[in-house]
Amino acid sequence: MCHQTVSLVARHLEANGMPTVIIGSARDIVEACAVPRFLFVDFPLGNPCGKPWDDVMQRRIVGAAIDLFESATDAATTVASPERWGDDGWRERYLAVTPENRAQLARQGEDLRRRRAQRERRPV
Amino acid sequence: MATAPVSAPAPRPVGYMARTRDFYAAQGFTHAYRWASHDDAPFAPLGKPLADCTLGLVTTASLTPRAALEPRTVASGSLIDPPARLYTDDLSWDKQATHTEDVNSFCPFEALAELVAQGRIRALTPRFHCAPTEYSQRATEEHDAPEILRRLREDGTDIALLVPL
Repeated sequence: MCHQTVSLVARHLEANGMPTVIIGSARDIVEACAVPRFLFVDFPLGNPCGKPWDDVMQRRIVGAAIDLFESATDAATTVASPERWGDDGWRERYLAVTPENRAQLARQGEDLRRRRAQRERRPV
Repeated sequence: MATAPVSAPAPRPVGYMARTRDFYAAQGFTHAYRWASHDDAPFAPLGKPLADCTLGLVTTASLTPRAALEPRTVASGSLIDPPARLYTDDLSWDKQATHTEDVNSFCPFEALAELVAQGRIRALTPRFHCAPTEYSQRATEEHDAPEILRRLREDGTDIALLVPL
């Protein structure tokens, strides 16, 4: 939801005359929403500005994002950062549904629906 | 004869919309979430040189710990004396692959301060803003986005950098 939220906010700011840049890692969500300027960093969700404690990488990424304010001349400009995470195992693991976790996910879903229902019944 | 190294092609980005749909289906949610979709985007051109611009920052992290189902509103923190940490446990990010103990990996206080010191941008606003994440696109569009715009304008913002987790 984070990527959709900032994409909707960016659209609102731009429609009201304020230039924006998004740094993010969920390319499909941001591009579906359609935003003016987007630096795509192909990292696991959580560290779009660079690996933890790697301040040199973080400065490169944020600098590239700031450059987009000047270089983008049209809406829906995506620039893909050349930075690489390294180990790519996370790509398959994130939110994976497997025969091993299917029953556990079903139980989690039931628990979540029960908690939501309790919250909705709570008096305001 | 020397040959130039051939770099590996960039991997295909993860399809988060499909991944999320399949995950929630496995949890028994029968209605697939409809993600925001637009054919075009608004575009505000840069009105003055970047070196003359004051930049505002928007994050989806939180100033305080919060539960996943807790109601949330727009909040603001100091960019003059930024916090050493922000809270992210209630958000969906890859908790197996990484961590968020380094705030600068998702909310770039230090990198932005350095860009100001270098003169690349003129200044940062006194505050940064925390955008509440909502399943309801309408809540974001009609309540939170206008409130964030109001606060950014109040801070004298020329340009805004937005960073989701």
